[in-house]
Amino acid sequence: MASINARGLRKAYGKTVALAGIDLKVEEGRILGLIGPNGAGKSTALQAVLGLIPYEGHLKVLGRDPWTERDALMAEVCFIADVAVLPRWLKVNDAVDFVAGVHPRFDRAKADAFLAKTTIKRTSRVGQLSKGMVAQLHLALVMAIDAKLLVLDEPTLGLDILYRKSFYDSLLNDYFDHTRTIVVSTHQVEEIQHILTDVVFIDRGHIVLDSSMEAFESRYAEVMIGPDRIEAARALKPIQDRQVFGRHILLFDGADRTALAALGEVRTPSLADLFVAMMGGGEADERQTGVAA
Amino acid sequence: MTDAPSHPLSSTRPFYWSVRRELWENRAIYFAPLAVAGIVLFGFLFSLHGVPQAGRVLAGPKPGPGATPADIHAYGRYTMVLLAPQFAAAAILIAALIVAIFYSLGSLNNERRDRSVLFWKSLPVSDRTAVLSKAFVPLVILPPVVFVTMLATQTITMGVTSLVLAANGLPPAILWSRLPSAAAMIVGLAYGLVMLSLWYAPIVGWLMLVSAWTRRMTFLWAVAPPLALCLFELLAFRTKFLWTLLHSRLVDGLAAFTAGGQGKAPIHDISQIDPRPFLTDFGFWGGLIFAAAAFTACIWLRRRREPI
Repeated sequence: MASINARGLRKAYGKTVALAGIDLKVEEGRILGLIGPNGAGKSTALQAVLGLIPYEGHLKVLGRDPWTERDALMAEVCFIADVAVLPRWLKVNDAVDFVAGVHPRFDRAKADAFLAKTTIKRTSRVGQLSKGMVAQLHLALVMAIDAKLLVLDEPTLGLDILYRKSFYDSLLNDYFDHTRTIVVSTHQVEEIQHILTDVVFIDRGHIVLDSSMEAFESRYAEVMIGPDRIEAARALKPIQDRQVFGRHILLFDGADRTALAALGEVRTPSLADLFVAMMGGGEADERQTGVAA
Repeated sequence: MTDAPSHPLSSTRPFYWSVRRELWENRAIYFAPLAVAGIVLFGFLFSLHGVPQAGRVLAGPKPGPGATPADIHAYGRYTMVLLAPQFAAAAILIAALIVAIFYSLGSLNNERRDRSVLFWKSLPVSDRTAVLSKAFVPLVILPPVVFVTMLATQTITMGVTSLVLAANGLPPAILWSRLPSAAAMIVGLAYGLVMLSLWYAPIVGWLMLVSAWTRRMTFLWAVAPPLALCLFELLAFRTKFLWTLLHSRLVDGLAAFTAGGQGKAPIHDISQIDPRPFLTDFGFWGGLIFAAAAFTACIWLRRRREPI
């Protein structure tokens, strides 16, 4: 059974269309990165999945309708909607007690073990913790829940790189076990590329890329090319052309690997570069053309 | 339908923890009445020096027909010296009412304001459980807090006054004969608080509704529209129907603390406790229906309102 199955999922706020009828299927045991610029509809899509907002179209999460069966769904789904949504007055111990009290799938020992690895004092209030520690506390609570689907909406926004790295390391090492499904949206694309199994780019309410990481790696290629071979390379129709230290880095979609290898060293592009190539749109292209001319 | 959870929870557990959660956040629920009790007792200590003199006067005969107005006035003043601490305990009730007002106004607004509603909603606690646990605090938790605090305060003031009287060779009955029986005090207070809670339920419902509906300035939104409607009615129709309704809702509940629920003399005996004036009052039942409708609307709104 697919963890998430959306067909024609649409959401409009007045005249503003946040989601223009997207189709999305996330199978069990995948880690999906949902990537898009601000206002692309990422959060709206995740809110619909979590039953936080009404929507149009067909949507099933773990086989349930998230809007009408939200209470039952929340026993199996967990989410971190934002950094720092834990209330400032809440004590660390009380937070653990509360989740243990209301959640049938919460494993207190697991939360305790995770918290023991941090410098968080159990008697502190959330308001006394640093932003990174709040994220650690939230993650400790969420990871101790045996949820089938974990949704993370910008979970590391505003954290420094050390906390961001340890956040995703913990998630991958201590939580993910190939039966759970994780959906994560973030701006920090590079940092999560290596943990994803699937990626979706979303822009202005539309899905512009929906691919597994294996397919992404075989489909897209990046070649660094000296000025002498640039015309030959351009004949292969790169989707992006950028210059670094006088050399060109060309990004190709579905080009023949052997033909590319003849031009220079072929690499798998970063999601961030592909993201810029696809989303940067006209503006970036014009800039590149200007430089090239 | 639902998969079996890894360990089953009774359906009341989320409610129990939600109520505890409310008390973690709003410690004023018990601290404010305790603080006021402390102030009452502190003031009482300073009034103790007047007790022997008052006791000596009150142990004598009541001012007869031939007494001068000054004598009658002095006698009344000495009665007050003895009884004032018992009435000061009413300040605890006032503190509790203020706490209840601000608690209700914040109940569904604060969690949206600090976005923590997104955390609470990530857990399997339904909006109904969340809203009802919030209504439970002022309506069911606060009255016993007031009851215990008031009774303890009155027991201390009565006990200490009795001791001071006895130490000065005066019979403590000087005090006790002027107070309701212990049974009437305890039962009357408990009964009055239950009735007051039911009478004020629609106010809690309205305040929580405002809290769920508005983004900010909850107090203004709670107070201004009803007053504006009263003013409109007065100007447009020259009637005061709404104003009477509002006024009755604010003060009539206090009649539960009086003999026969008539709003005149205080209860001196258990037999004077009479719920009939309330149970036969349309306003009493209408208020409860309004409260139920308001809580239902709160549940609906909590489902749909976004963080501010």
